[in-house]
Amino acid sequence: MKALELTGSVPAATSPAMMSQAQYDPQRKGFRFGGRAVCAVMLVLGFGSALGGCVNVSAPDKPIVIELNINIRQEVIYRLSQDAENTIKENEGVF
Amino acid sequence: MSKIRLNSFVTLCGAVALAFGTGSAALAQEGRDPAYAAARAAGQVGEQKDGYLGVIGNASADVRAMVRDLNNKRRAIYTEKAAGKSTIEEYAFATACRLIAQTQPGEKYQATDGSWKVRGAGAPDRDARCP
Repeated sequence: MKALELTGSVPAATSPAMMSQAQYDPQRKGFRFGGRAVCAVMLVLGFGSALGGCVNVSAPDKPIVIELNINIRQEVIYRLSQDAENTIKENEGVF
Repeated sequence: MSKIRLNSFVTLCGAVALAFGTGSAALAQEGRDPAYAAARAAGQVGEQKDGYLGVIGNASADVRAMVRDLNNKRRAIYTEKAAGKSTIEEYAFATACRLIAQTQPGEKYQATDGSWKVRGAGAPDRDARCP
């Protein structure tokens, strides 16, 4: 059986009686082609899942950008703090 | 009628200051209009986290008009001071950090979750970005 699958060129002389009912296929070539199709589908699926992985990796970019924004703002607010204090003192009636 | 109410607010303000025994209370309220100081002490007006004043509950039309006027003045100051330094919102936010920190016990301020809180003896609930 193994030799038959590896070489794949000459169909072995088998009769339905020699094979179990489930494995026998009178159109052997069609069967083999089906096997390759399955292999190709698996390859495509493999690429597909690899692409999906790429999308997942790029997803955390957004929170990083937001975090950066907060940092910039915090720095600005820290820098303005003393300025704001002076403004409050200069305009006592309004604050 | 409004004068009597105003007087009661001023009395309440004095009572609150006495109750907490804070000498700095008078310092922070030096330049304020008595009506504004009274509304703050009565908890009708509070410091928002965006640098503007907010009206709490069903305050009178006088109080609402006063808050609108003060917020307009604040906006003008923020606009002038922020020029060349930051956005108006950022400047107002930085001022709010200071203003909330300077609230006196008994006065109201807007907490990080947006709710109104009465300033206690401890540190106020301010935004994490405040220095």
